[in-house]
Amino acid sequence: MMNGSLAALIALGAFHGLNPGMGWLFAVARGLQERSRARVLQSLPAIAAGHAASVGVVVALVVLTRSVLATRIVAIGGGLLLVAFGLYRLLSQRHFRWVGMRISLWQLAGWSFLMSSVHGAGLMLLPILTTAPAAGGAHHHGMSAGGGLSTGVFVTGVHTLAMFVVAGVIAVLVYEIVGLAVLRRAWFNLDRLWAVALVTAGAVTLVTAA
Amino acid sequence: MALWKPDPTFYASPREAVAGPPEKLAYVAAFDRSAATPDAIAVLDVDPGSGTYGDVVGWTELPNLGDELHHFGWNACSSALCPYAPHPHVERRYLIVPGLRSSRVYVIDTKDEPTSPRIVKVLEPEDLAKRAGYSRPHTVHCGPEGLYLTALGGANGEEGPGGIALLDHTSFEVLGRWEVDRGPQYFAYDAWWHIAHDVLVSSEWGTPSMIEDGVVGELLLGRKYGHSLHFWDLRKRRHVQTVDLGDEHQMVLELRPAHDPTRQYGFVGVVVSVEDLSASVWVWHRDGGEWAARKVITIPAEPADPDLLPPVIRPFGAVPPLVTDIDLSVDDQWLYVSCWGTGELRRYDVSDPFNPVEAGSVRIGGIVGRTPHPAEPGLPLSGGPQMVEVSRDGRRVYVTNSLYGAWDDQFYPDGVGAWMAKLDSTPEGFTFDERFFPHGDAFRGRRPHQTRLQGGDASSDSYCYP
Repeated sequence: MMNGSLAALIALGAFHGLNPGMGWLFAVARGLQERSRARVLQSLPAIAAGHAASVGVVVALVVLTRSVLATRIVAIGGGLLLVAFGLYRLLSQRHFRWVGMRISLWQLAGWSFLMSSVHGAGLMLLPILTTAPAAGGAHHHGMSAGGGLSTGVFVTGVHTLAMFVVAGVIAVLVYEIVGLAVLRRAWFNLDRLWAVALVTAGAVTLVTAA
Repeated sequence: MALWKPDPTFYASPREAVAGPPEKLAYVAAFDRSAATPDAIAVLDVDPGSGTYGDVVGWTELPNLGDELHHFGWNACSSALCPYAPHPHVERRYLIVPGLRSSRVYVIDTKDEPTSPRIVKVLEPEDLAKRAGYSRPHTVHCGPEGLYLTALGGANGEEGPGGIALLDHTSFEVLGRWEVDRGPQYFAYDAWWHIAHDVLVSSEWGTPSMIEDGVVGELLLGRKYGHSLHFWDLRKRRHVQTVDLGDEHQMVLELRPAHDPTRQYGFVGVVVSVEDLSASVWVWHRDGGEWAARKVITIPAEPADPDLLPPVIRPFGAVPPLVTDIDLSVDDQWLYVSCWGTGELRRYDVSDPFNPVEAGSVRIGGIVGRTPHPAEPGLPLSGGPQMVEVSRDGRRVYVTNSLYGAWDDQFYPDGVGAWMAKLDSTPEGFTFDERFFPHGDAFRGRRPHQTRLQGGDASSDSYCYP
């Protein structure tokens, strides 16, 4: 994988981790409820796992179908989908809702999966996926399914790790030091930024494919 | 349009809410009992530094007659910060104002001109009936999933069951009935929750025919009004448990759960015991896996000359306190109890919820007492402290004097009047603010009922973080 793509992958992971709505806030809430840092820390892998699953589905679809389908079809179709989805997110007033406050780690992972999916977290990686070489940068296996799979795992892993680290650092900082008052000052409307990012990702994908 | 940063009136925790800035305006629902003029939202100046402090400075009249405005609430509040469905960029700007008699619901925008809020949407009774199966909307609560609107009656003239309708908190459309499984619950009144525990609590008054023409003596003595609390799974929308307070405890009304989201207890007021006319306050709490309730405050009836009493209570020779509202400060320390019959407002220190300690009492109005406000000692007052609202910081307490049209007329047959008062509450004292006493013509012939404070108050917000 090219350095630029890798950096973009990490940056997007960090962006996803930054968003309180993607899960770190839930980790903090769970910790505060029982005054337990362990509970904060314990929540984070579940949230990351759900996020990884959501992103992984998109990554796997793109990477594994590339050997069969023309890259441009995936890119153009995906790009259009992204722009449309981004505009929908930008204009829609709807908010995702599913669970309550008292949930198990499995449910937390499920919540994270759904939350990431309805926000198009995986779709946002399309420009990277459709422009990057099919296999992981470390090994040049060409278009074999095994290479595709390892690329998928690599992409999902790097993205999720970045998300996990950022979310984890923020969650612990807020829980231990900063306090929730920071939400009122710093919780920018990432939903709108998120929607703009989706539209941009779609446009980039389309331009690159053309 | 959504905001770029969270609404500044949303607070993650009760502690933050207590530290927030004081309110400058209060919104009061006022209704015309004769239905000759429209009901209205009166806007009061509650900024002590202002030249019009204590005056009605704005007025939004409704387009219909006879709605009988009662309880109302904000479209969004601190629960929007809850992590499982966060949408902190919606705004607390609309008042959701139900007409208890008409079953109409008004959506009123306070943002652009806070002193003359504008009606932006009206839900007709048919909307509530068709989509949720309810009528006589009563209490509004802003939750992460939308707006919860309790209702006393069934659709299309049916008596019941009452329950909760869910409204979208951006379009304000009725989404449907909240209950998936209502269990044995039939009477409805108030509902609130332990939001961090996915628990909803609801209480019981009576069906429309039991209240709309006044209290029905035979039903009361026959112990037919509501006397139970109900506990629900807030996520699954299922009835979990009924706690019966005993059928002598008639009318289980206002629910005030602890604001601290780690705690699972709350207070509920009972209007009257048919055994001795006393009123009571109960605390509900977890008892192992079950819910339980215990009477923690009993307020006895006051003996009185029967000639001074209205017909409805003359045979008893005593004035019942009639606890019709209670309110719990955001720090969970002070509980205010309205005794609408005797004209007393009590304050209790409920730091230990199972052992409330009385920590102040004032008198105003009352069936026999007619105690004047200290600002106008020569003016006997009818009605009593009824709806009580506490500011977020807990220092200011607002009371209005009307209960419900038909009941006002029964207990105060010579006229209930119209007044509002404010008390200053500190750990040391609990006294009337003599600068704040809008009354009589200030309300233009209408009766003031519930108060909502700009930026939220002790009975509107719930918090997901301790």
